[in-house]
Amino acid sequence: MKPLKQPVWYLRGLALLGVAVSVGSCFSNRQNEGATLYASHCSNCHGAQGEGLKRLIPPLAGADYLTKNRNGLACLVRKGLQGPLIVNGVDYNQVMPAADSHLTDSQITNILNFVQTSWGNQGEIFTIREVTEQLRACGASDGQ
Amino acid sequence: MISSSFRHALSVALLTVAGALAFSSCSDKPDTAQTLPFIGERDVRPRADGGPADTIFAAIPSFTLTNQDGQTITNQTFAGKVYVADFFFATCPSICPKMQSELLRVYEQFKGNPQVSFLSHTIDPAHDSIPVLRDYAQRLGIQDASRWHFATAPHDTIFSLASRYMTAAQKDSGVPGGYAHSGTFALIDSDRHIRGVYDGMVKEEVDRLIKELPILLQEEAAKQKKAQ
Repeated sequence: MKPLKQPVWYLRGLALLGVAVSVGSCFSNRQNEGATLYASHCSNCHGAQGEGLKRLIPPLAGADYLTKNRNGLACLVRKGLQGPLIVNGVDYNQVMPAADSHLTDSQITNILNFVQTSWGNQGEIFTIREVTEQLRACGASDGQ
Repeated sequence: MISSSFRHALSVALLTVAGALAFSSCSDKPDTAQTLPFIGERDVRPRADGGPADTIFAAIPSFTLTNQDGQTITNQTFAGKVYVADFFFATCPSICPKMQSELLRVYEQFKGNPQVSFLSHTIDPAHDSIPVLRDYAQRLGIQDASRWHFATAPHDTIFSLASRYMTAAQKDSGVPGGYAHSGTFALIDSDRHIRGVYDGMVKEEVDRLIKELPILLQEEAAKQKKAQ
């Protein structure tokens, strides 16, 4: 009896592993897109760890701005920002450039969710619909 | 008991000696053999008396700039010192923040050493007035302009200087911010020669600068001793 049971367990284990891998890759692709886009579009200024740069560039890690201005974040990424702003009580006054026009609504969603869930941030996740609505409000949705 | 503890002591002693020998033979080599190269084009000039030809190394030309305190700075400002130079602009949205945060890392290592100073040139002098440069420096945490100069000069002066520091810089309306430039850090010795060129966008390259700077300082110290 005993030697017969072993292969069954073995097969079950394999099947479980297969499911875990395929489910994992579904989620991690999304996660990776946010991380990859952040690295190529944001990290030169905001830092690989979202740490910002002294009083020149505001941090994203632990930034109160993200919760206080949640409704403006999608448009901020798409259109950039100019003029003074305050993050965690520190005033900043640099130009943030607009995103390159090829960032779609869903790519902006992934960037925002990467920021919301990285470096200890525990912000509320964005849906694509929410991001598209925010972008429509500032006339900048591409519907993709 | 006695013999075993003796044997133990002997083996510890032997190991210590062997370790010391191995350590010194490793650490001696880089100290004595390493000097930094001279970078850039060189010119070989035959001597009139037929003696061995002189090698003329590329050197930073004479310059006059103005720093964030409105003070005039020239080559003389850096006499007897070594300095690290780079090119940036205050509204640069692409590589500058990363570059300047890497240069800040070098600055933090050497800020207590008056033999080392820093020189960042703006390639956007039309926008980066002296107040803009001062604000930028202070926001970066640099209070003492004599340690890290943020300097401006007429457009043409800056651009011709950039190429002498091995930095590519040009106006380019196709990139964010309007200027394309490379993030080069150049290490300059007290004779205006370039002794190291590093990519300020790559952490490992900047680590190399931090490691190589003391080698140049050692050479400078030896040179000053000889001159006395």
